[in-house]
Amino acid sequence: MKALSLAGRYGVVVALALLVLFGAARYDYFLGAFNVLSFLRYNSMFALVSLGMAFVIMSGGIDLSVGAVAALGSVASALASGLGWAPGLLAGLGAGLLAGLLNGALVVRLRIAPFIATLATMLAASGCALLLADNQSVSASYEGSFTGLGQGDALGLPIPAWIALGAYAAGSVVLNLTGFGRTVLATGGGEDAARLMGLRVDRAKWAVYAASGALAGLAGTILAAQFGAGQPIEGVGWELFAIAAVVVGGTLLTGGEGSVGTTLAGALLLGLIFNILNFENGRGWISLSAYWQSVIRGLFLLVVVVMQAKLAGRPVPRDA
Amino acid sequence: MLERVAVPAAPPVRRVTVTALLARHGAVVALAALILLALVATPNFLSMRTLNVNLTQVAGIVIVALGMTLVVATGGIDLSVGSLMAIAGALAPMLFLGRLVPLPAPWVGVALALTVPVLVTGAFGWFNGWLVTRYRIQPIVATLVLLIAGRGIAQVVTNGNLQAFRNPAFQVIGLGRLLGLPVQVWLMAALVLLFAWAMRRTLFGRQILAVGGNERAARLAGVPVSRVKRRVYVISGLCAGVAGLVVIAINSAADANLVGLGMELDAIAAVAVGGTALSGGRARIGGTLVGALVIQMVRYILLALGVPDAAALVAKAGLIIGAVWLQRQGRVA
Amino acid sequence: MLLEMDGIDKAYGGVPALRGASFAVEAGEVHALIGQNGAGKSTLIKVLTGYTRRDAGQVRFRGQDFAPAGPQAAQAAGISTIYQEISLVGQRSITENICLGRETRRFGLLHWRRMHEEAAALLGRFGIQVDVRRTLASYPTAVQQMVAIARAIAFQAALVVMDEPTSSLSDAEVQVLFGVIRQLRAEGVAVVFVSHKLDELYAVCDRVTVLRDGRTVQVSQMDGLPKLELVATMLGRDLSSVARAGATAFGAKRGRHGAALLAVQDLRAGPRVQGVSLDVGQGEVVGVAGLLGAGRTETARALFGADVRDGGRVTLDGRDFAPQGPGDAIRAGIGLCTEDRKAEGIVPELSVRENLTLALLPRLARAGIVDETRQAAVVAQFIKQLDIRCAGAEQPVGQLSGGNQQKVLLARWLCTDPRLLILDEPTRGIDVGAKAEIQALIRALAASGLGVLMISSEIEEIVEGADHAYVLRDGRTVARLTDAGLSEHAVMDAMAHGAHAGLHAPMLDAHA
Repeated sequence: MKALSLAGRYGVVVALALLVLFGAARYDYFLGAFNVLSFLRYNSMFALVSLGMAFVIMSGGIDLSVGAVAALGSVASALASGLGWAPGLLAGLGAGLLAGLLNGALVVRLRIAPFIATLATMLAASGCALLLADNQSVSASYEGSFTGLGQGDALGLPIPAWIALGAYAAGSVVLNLTGFGRTVLATGGGEDAARLMGLRVDRAKWAVYAASGALAGLAGTILAAQFGAGQPIEGVGWELFAIAAVVVGGTLLTGGEGSVGTTLAGALLLGLIFNILNFENGRGWISLSAYWQSVIRGLFLLVVVVMQAKLAGRPVPRDA
Repeated sequence: MLERVAVPAAPPVRRVTVTALLARHGAVVALAALILLALVATPNFLSMRTLNVNLTQVAGIVIVALGMTLVVATGGIDLSVGSLMAIAGALAPMLFLGRLVPLPAPWVGVALALTVPVLVTGAFGWFNGWLVTRYRIQPIVATLVLLIAGRGIAQVVTNGNLQAFRNPAFQVIGLGRLLGLPVQVWLMAALVLLFAWAMRRTLFGRQILAVGGNERAARLAGVPVSRVKRRVYVISGLCAGVAGLVVIAINSAADANLVGLGMELDAIAAVAVGGTALSGGRARIGGTLVGALVIQMVRYILLALGVPDAAALVAKAGLIIGAVWLQRQGRVA
Repeated sequence: MLLEMDGIDKAYGGVPALRGASFAVEAGEVHALIGQNGAGKSTLIKVLTGYTRRDAGQVRFRGQDFAPAGPQAAQAAGISTIYQEISLVGQRSITENICLGRETRRFGLLHWRRMHEEAAALLGRFGIQVDVRRTLASYPTAVQQMVAIARAIAFQAALVVMDEPTSSLSDAEVQVLFGVIRQLRAEGVAVVFVSHKLDELYAVCDRVTVLRDGRTVQVSQMDGLPKLELVATMLGRDLSSVARAGATAFGAKRGRHGAALLAVQDLRAGPRVQGVSLDVGQGEVVGVAGLLGAGRTETARALFGADVRDGGRVTLDGRDFAPQGPGDAIRAGIGLCTEDRKAEGIVPELSVRENLTLALLPRLARAGIVDETRQAAVVAQFIKQLDIRCAGAEQPVGQLSGGNQQKVLLARWLCTDPRLLILDEPTRGIDVGAKAEIQALIRALAASGLGVLMISSEIEEIVEGADHAYVLRDGRTVARLTDAGLSEHAVMDAMAHGAHAGLHAPMLDAHA
């Protein structure tokens, strides 16, 4: 049982390492600077969204709105990008934060199930993004330094990668070294118990939804900066990627357990599957369409979820 | 110290509050109001064409939402319906175009295309139910697997290509007319009646309500809870398969990337707006129909008024939250 | 006095749960709080810990008026409660469960090393050496309980309330817990100990307060208090008075012995059923008595196939009977009316009709379609026969009174034409009139040849209603009482002293 639970926790890191080794051994330019940097640049957005999702899931909730909120963030930041990179960043972050606060209000105040509440926010955010953008993509300003947020490099790494690394470092500290982080986990582990223990459960829930919204807004900002435009219809299915990454990263979907580091590994692993499929097709031996990635993601999710259910050992009631 | 006398609990009085009334009949009231609004505000609302447009668009949602209603009535949820529609939509053209199996005669292809995809999605539905009952995985999580993987499967079998086709025999379910109404509207109506009848008259219908209303009590009364749950997921899968066929028949094309995209949200919204409690124990088949119509009318009116589609999304969000909130109030009261 | 509660009133929806109850605890004493289900123990504790607000009365804690706004406030003031369940988070580490809420910080961040040390030191005081970094759930219940106590100590509690702390502990673990309790007492911490296991009360408590019907009926030293007297006080039976005949509506006792129907030998299932033996014959009403937690409900569930059996032999009509689930039991002709009507009986939103026929439905359906004519006939017949008062068969059952809900549940089983009916507390929470009707009904059912196994906490129900009765204690059958041997005194004696009771409770006689 212990081995199983260790495998559940660190299996993803091992799998990631194996996949990297596999790629490095098999493909010529896999570890080349171009592939590594563009991989990191692109996947930073998903990593950011997954981080927010991880906190929400650890608290026992779920956030289906992240994709739409990222789209909203991308539009908002692109609209503000003419004023410079800082206003653009603030606009993206702010739009995401607002959406996150809306989720918090619906879940904590109106006590609507997270699934439904964030579903509604997903629709609303998507609608707002389309309205703001007038149904088309919004060009970001190339005059200021805004696009650098997505396209620039610093110290040899893409700026989006630095942002994601910073967010994960902060997230790790918050989760492991603050009372708030432990309250989030305790809330997911047993909300009633956490309340009986006198912990500030409602505040923790507000905070995780707000953080998830802000991180999605940040991802949207990077999206706009990277592609030079705010994209109101992007972000479809991001929430599924994020949930899969979090679960594959060993965080229990029922809440109460989780880790920031393995969430990053989960996000990278899922991104890498796509990357490797591309390389494999490039060799021309077999032609596995890119569409296999969602099948593989689903299979990963299935394995992890069934394994977690077995570990939890919930007894199956008798009803013969 | 005054001695107090034990007062037996007063029998629960049925207090009729505005919120309770709205929670119960809100969807019908909303639909009536929307129709009135459409009559006043949009041109040509009272034409056969408008009716057909609206009914055609709503049929797919209703068919999926019927299966969803049963799942929700057991206290579950099925996120995989949209992806299952894509699978059915991907398989059908391959069958009647003879890409999967050689066809001795064209009608064999059509017959296969109308049955096999639906059976396949039914089997996937069984898989959902198996995860839920065998491993006690929460329905949201269990059906998430096929939400993600299902569309991938559809994309893989078609290699992501759009399959355009013209097959009048197959497309009867999307383009045919019967007594002036589209065939899929008749199909929808027949399914609504079948489901309403099944919920009222069959053993299965009552066991669904018992499972959702009080699972422990149902189990102790000998209701085969796991079997009932597995079956509702199978039914939801079957419904999604049928809806997938209808949608591709209407479009004369199957695009695995788009068929049924976001359908799980529309179906859940229709169920919730229709007054079926998401916590289980209730199944309002007629309500689901009305709920789907409400969503359709909102979309239609906003479109006819020139309000962008985007605003319709925001309206839909408000509708869902309003419906769920009203339900909660209705329960608390 | 550390704590004084006086004249406490509390009613829920017009039904009083506490009526002028009082309760006083001295610093450094272990005080037992006992009473039957519904006596008001949990309400009193909830008032004390700020979970609910009292309607009237006075609470003084450490000499000051005390009205906590919630559990947090009570905890901050020095009152910690250790519930049977859900008070801690199993997925988190022991350190977190002890320290969360008053973490040690360094540079604004959690100082894990110090917190681990503190947690280990607190548990070490009780002689418990564990890896505090591991999750709470990975340790046995006893350790989890110690962790809850350690948390209370970490929060400088002056009064620790323990709600049935031993209900899921092994004997050895109970001894460890007692060691801890004695140590708390030595350190001047007061402990309120809620339990139904009399031996434990005598082993560890200094004083006892007995609640009954929301009132405080006795406060005394444990030393020298006869067990029998304690049981009698708790149950509200006067030892000196002879049982009044006719307190119930069971009518004249028959003492029947019918042909063998159900025979249970040494049944074991989970921690609560450790060797139950009993017989039920056709046409007999067989009583099962026992204090709370004696394993009565669990026995019923195991017999019905709802819980997995660990051992023992059950025969029905002389044939081995091992149902794989309730469905098997129902097909074999058994019905189970559960104790908790709301959680395990009614489906509140469904109509009287659907609730009444829920177990019968498979037989009312042909090809999956319910024969509504037959269903309506069955429903009408039982509404009339049992005099179920409802607005009609379509009324949601959740709107009926408790007594009528119970009748619907009885009808649910009676309409399946069973041979054996297991009734778990059939008259709990039901008003006097409906109670009499149900008691008369049970007698009439038995007269028609049905075997009835009746679990009851009301002693007069057992004594007057049963043809013979078994007393369970700590999951074992400790007495079989028949004929003249079935008296209130004998039942209470067996509850109090178990198999060693001697004079009044004959030892379980060998199966004939």
